[in-house]
Amino acid sequence: MTKGQAISLQKNDGGTLTAVRMGLGWQAAPRRGLFGSRTREIDLDASAVLFADKQPVDVVFFRHLVSDDGSVRHTGDNLVGGVGQGGDDEAILVDLARVPVHIDQIIFTVNSFTGQTFQEVQNAFCRLVDETNGQELARYTLAGGGNYTAQIMAKVHRSGANWTMTAIGTPANGRTFQDLMPAILPVL
Amino acid sequence: MTAELVRGQNHPLPEVRLEIRVSAGTPVVAGATLGDEQGRVRGVEWVAHPGAPTLPGLEVSKQAAADHRLAVDLEALSPSVHRVIVLLALPPGTGGPVRFGAVAAPFVAVTGLDGTEVASYTITGLDAESAVVALVLYRRQGVWKVRAVGQGYAGGLAELLTDQGLPEARQLAGSIHEAVAQGLARSVAAPPPRLPDAGRPRQTASPTPGPDQTHGTTPQGVSGNTSPTQGPQTTSPYGTSPYGDSGARDASRPDHASAQHGGPAPADPPTGTPPAPPTAGGPVDYTHPGRQTTAPPPPPPTAPPAQPGQPSQPVAGDATGWSMDERLYNQVWGMFEDLARTTAAYRSAVDFAESRMEQELDKVLSDPRSRIGGQGDAAREAARAKHAELVDQARVALDRDLAQLRAEVDVVEPALPAAFASWDNPVWHGYRVPMEIPMALRLGDLHLPESEDVRIPMLVRLPLERGLWIDSGPSGSHDSLADSDELRGLALDTAVALAARLLAVYPPGDFGVHVIDPAGAGASALAPLVQAGVLAGPPAAGAAGVADVLGRLTQRVDLVHMAVRGGAADSLPPGFDTAEQLLIVNDFPHGFDDRAVTQLRYLADEGPAVGVHLMMVADRQDAAAYGPLLDPLWRSLMRLTPTPDDHLADPWVGHAWTYEPSRVPPGSRVLQQVLTQVAEARRSWNR
Repeated sequence: MTKGQAISLQKNDGGTLTAVRMGLGWQAAPRRGLFGSRTREIDLDASAVLFADKQPVDVVFFRHLVSDDGSVRHTGDNLVGGVGQGGDDEAILVDLARVPVHIDQIIFTVNSFTGQTFQEVQNAFCRLVDETNGQELARYTLAGGGNYTAQIMAKVHRSGANWTMTAIGTPANGRTFQDLMPAILPVL
Repeated sequence: MTAELVRGQNHPLPEVRLEIRVSAGTPVVAGATLGDEQGRVRGVEWVAHPGAPTLPGLEVSKQAAADHRLAVDLEALSPSVHRVIVLLALPPGTGGPVRFGAVAAPFVAVTGLDGTEVASYTITGLDAESAVVALVLYRRQGVWKVRAVGQGYAGGLAELLTDQGLPEARQLAGSIHEAVAQGLARSVAAPPPRLPDAGRPRQTASPTPGPDQTHGTTPQGVSGNTSPTQGPQTTSPYGTSPYGDSGARDASRPDHASAQHGGPAPADPPTGTPPAPPTAGGPVDYTHPGRQTTAPPPPPPTAPPAQPGQPSQPVAGDATGWSMDERLYNQVWGMFEDLARTTAAYRSAVDFAESRMEQELDKVLSDPRSRIGGQGDAAREAARAKHAELVDQARVALDRDLAQLRAEVDVVEPALPAAFASWDNPVWHGYRVPMEIPMALRLGDLHLPESEDVRIPMLVRLPLERGLWIDSGPSGSHDSLADSDELRGLALDTAVALAARLLAVYPPGDFGVHVIDPAGAGASALAPLVQAGVLAGPPAAGAAGVADVLGRLTQRVDLVHMAVRGGAADSLPPGFDTAEQLLIVNDFPHGFDDRAVTQLRYLADEGPAVGVHLMMVADRQDAAAYGPLLDPLWRSLMRLTPTPDDHLADPWVGHAWTYEPSRVPPGSRVLQQVLTQVAEARRSWNR
């Protein structure tokens, strides 16, 4: 999937996607020196912002793990990353059938909470997965990216009765999703 | 380095001894066929399948499983073999899925013996197929390579094998499926869960090859270190190896030895032995074979499969837990959360619809063009229609969820045990004195204004972590209904019903109730407790009585605290009553001096940790003279109201829930009957 490309989340066999997962994975910073505790940990955070007609209504991130309506769930904050072999270190699960009727867009973002740019992070990626069968719908490699600390990944939005996903991939800078709001609004 | 292959892609194989790992979300049959230079399969003896799992240089599992490891030794293959075709099939007739389109995409990986992946391939894009050629290992100019194939066959194994030029394809497919069915019948991991007894004959019927057989047919070099698929099939708790000399084995277990030899399986398996480790290909059982741990919980009732497009029918106890009570408790909390969240979705949608309508109406109003002609009216109309449409949609979603929750409440309520049930539940008429403390207690019902009829039982864990405050003052929303005296009476009735409930759900003698009623104002309301004789003593009256009860309880809390902190719980005085204690305080602060108030605060702070709980029946206004000094006391107690009042918040969204205490139905004697039984049980237990 490339930037700006939109795919319908309707399956080939006519069924629609009911659950998607945004996964984020990265490799933990290597242990340094005698005092391993002084390793500069890398903390990336995945967030999802729920919009109704361009108004942010709810947000799911590490301080609010479940949207009030229960349809979007964050599996929990990972502060250090993983082994960097493709597993998701943070994930956000969206139950599309239960998203409230007025929510028409969900924006997924990634931030570097500890401030390292994506150039400095090893093996970082984020991806969108069809949760019902584990198929990957889109994947971005963040590692080795540019000199920025955040990315607006993708949006999942209503089109008629179904949902469509559009890859965005816009780089931005910010510590949490709040800092990204000015960058998010143009892509709505 | 793993090469992630796509369909048609090939990759060289650096080693000759390999494992092919298969993982599919559902049990599948894994097999392999061998092909000659022209790609022809020369006969059924060139097919490794569960009925004939080993060929020279190749070994597959004997049964269907979600995960497989196929052992391959390319050097041990016959020189005329040029291709090894790895195939997967869904076993028919097991009640499982019949098409790969219905299951997660199978994943296959070629790994070295040390587990490093050489190449992997996820077989995507399958739909109606029930058999698939996953990989081909092939020899090209003396070098072995692997190719990802992913060719599916809707006609199943028979069609797949026919396609490879095997004349006996159909019979072979049949015999493979039969072998799988047999394997499944004795498989430990086979769904659905069966009665423990049904698993026993599996022990001797396990398809373990005898030691000699194992040595004879396992591919050279692979036998020693492969694979759980071929791992020791030990039935002895001491873990004797099937590779060992059977003569050295414990002579008292001849039946095991003969089974291991592949001889005729004895018909009568040793009884009382723990279940054998799973048969080949199954997961490893790590439990100690000689130990009976806690009995596993009986399988929870699960909802029957739903009609397509319809939500499943709710079933009581459809949640996780080790006992039915725990499942019901979890289910009730699940319903609580679901109602909170679905209402949050509805309210959020309605709020949004309203704010959008207001914005649009404002815009119409500020637009000078709209003042002439009918444009303004049309725009207003459109804004209102949009609002109505969105609210309708939200209401439809809410109604759908409420209908499901209503149906769930209808099946859950009758299934609740006494401690979770309201007083009008028939379970209270069949009340028996319990032998152990239940996990939770129902304090009342909770509901939201959108769904007055969906009542969620309010369950709190026992032992209580906080004291209770039954507010006898005028409540915020419903104060007009009852005058002050009536409210006080209702509050005390509520307190008595709750105290009776606590007495009833604790084993006899494990819960003591003290009452402070300084002016005797609550004598009539307290009568059920007094008459049944379940109180630790008569209600304490007057300042002296207050001081006496508080003094005894304070001393008790202090004593137990000291014992617990000092790690000397056994040094409590002999005959010390270890029961939990509840102190009901009516008419606070009447009859309380400063010392008594301080003691009360001490009990509220320190008591719950050592099993002394407080239940205040009070109007905060009566104690207004103390000023802010008592604020921490009120805050530390859980406020309940005798009349419905929306002051409780859920932990997820923070809605204001209306609490309503569980009342004894008017005219019912159930409270007295229950208390009589409690008193009788106490007398007969002499406690």
